[in-house]
Amino acid sequence: MAEQPSTARKRPEKFPTPAKMTVTLHVNGVERKLTVAPWTTLLDALRLHLDLTGTKKGCDHGQCGACTVLVDGRRINACLTLAVMKEGAQVTTIEGLAQAGKLHPLQQAFIDHDAFQCGYCTPGQICSAVGLIAEGRARTADEIRELMSGNICRCGAYPNIVAAIEGVMSGKAAAKTREAGR
Amino acid sequence: MNNFEYARASDVADAVRRIAADPAAKFIAGGTNLIDLMKENVARPSRLIDITRLPLDKVEETRDGGLRIGALVPNSDLAYHPRIEARYPLLGSAILAGASQQLRNMASTGGNLLQRTRCMYFYDTTTPCNKREPGSGCSAIGGINRNHAILGTSEHCIATHPSDMCVALAALDARVPATGRSGERSIAFADFHRLPGDTPQIDSNLRADEIITAIELPPQGFAKNYSYLKIRDRLSYAFALVSIAVGLEVEGGTIKAARLALGGVAHKPWRDREAEAQLDSAPATAESFQRAAATVLRDARGFGHNDFKIELARRGIVRALAQAARGTPQSQADKRIR
Repeated sequence: MAEQPSTARKRPEKFPTPAKMTVTLHVNGVERKLTVAPWTTLLDALRLHLDLTGTKKGCDHGQCGACTVLVDGRRINACLTLAVMKEGAQVTTIEGLAQAGKLHPLQQAFIDHDAFQCGYCTPGQICSAVGLIAEGRARTADEIRELMSGNICRCGAYPNIVAAIEGVMSGKAAAKTREAGR
Repeated sequence: MNNFEYARASDVADAVRRIAADPAAKFIAGGTNLIDLMKENVARPSRLIDITRLPLDKVEETRDGGLRIGALVPNSDLAYHPRIEARYPLLGSAILAGASQQLRNMASTGGNLLQRTRCMYFYDTTTPCNKREPGSGCSAIGGINRNHAILGTSEHCIATHPSDMCVALAALDARVPATGRSGERSIAFADFHRLPGDTPQIDSNLRADEIITAIELPPQGFAKNYSYLKIRDRLSYAFALVSIAVGLEVEGGTIKAARLALGGVAHKPWRDREAEAQLDSAPATAESFQRAAATVLRDARGFGHNDFKIELARRGIVRALAQAARGTPQSQADKRIR
């Protein structure tokens, strides 16, 4: 086979010696200090440095949403940001959603609605849905589908994912109505 | 990803100093495109200068009645900003048509302008690409070019600019204030991005030592008669095959002012002043819209797989103009095109 001229490999570049940096993150309410290279993504910092493997690496390019976590309350793709950029940030992962041994309502709803099959996208789906509900922009099933489109489920559990999120949203609305009626 | 050094800029002057000192350095804000390009070995900066802590995150009124949007305002915050929703819904709609909510939460206003093409040959370092490796050739011409440009192309590059937000900013006649070593200047949106010509490696006229500090919108936001129509292979979370931003002033069935910009068809958001002039004072009818579409596409040229874009763009322009004239803009949640 003829050798292909590769534009990517032709120039040996000089790169600085890896200089590690210390970063403080508040992960699921706990202060964590870690020493990472500048190119360590937040996703790799969580999985490889903090052993929080609930957050999944799917495509690693921001296309699948499996790595979705909440940073300062907003859902983002952990694969497309660097740990060193998040100095001081509050990070919530799937491991931080259950409180006092009780599942987060969305975790419970995903079980109740059978909203997954293989489960690989589920932590990202649930963190994304937590963000979605906090944003308060989705009112209809169409809007849930649109605003959850950054989370791919290759098992195709979408109808049940939407039902689980709708369930929690309407439960919330019902709880609020009850409170207001008191 | 290659090794690099990391530094945080303390203010705009410090950011400019740092970028001017190292031609191989890059600014990082949202990182949604740059980190991806670094993982693909397409971008290989020696140093990243983190600008996320600069105070460029406000949306403020300007003296002339417009808005000044800080370069670091996240795309999602901008789309949902009350002043954008009320006065510039075309911009909000275009932003919500692009990417996913996670990416919009990360991506910055300034960074959106500087994202690079999603041409697959640009991303594939095993193939020639004049944008990535000047002089190596264009693999898309004669290659797989379904997503590529039909207007303003050159023999060196037929890539498209991927942004939705920028199509609306072009239609709204935004300006781009930037700061560099020689001070501040304000770039008209039409002059910000470039056509490929024989330097497709240069996407914009922003100088190497400059940082975008804001986007400025003039007072006219076309809040009554607008539409952002995006046509793509799947209904959400996909780049445009063709997108159309329209802003109209309509009085008694007559068009008083028209703005029309296209995405997915060229190396920059595509404006055509001649087509807009034809719409000016014309009746808001299908015939006027057809004539404008024909003018926009008079020099359109396909490269094989993307030939369909010419007819798709024609129909899209007519439909988006009709939606705007009726005051029934394209919904970004209910994807049915009416």
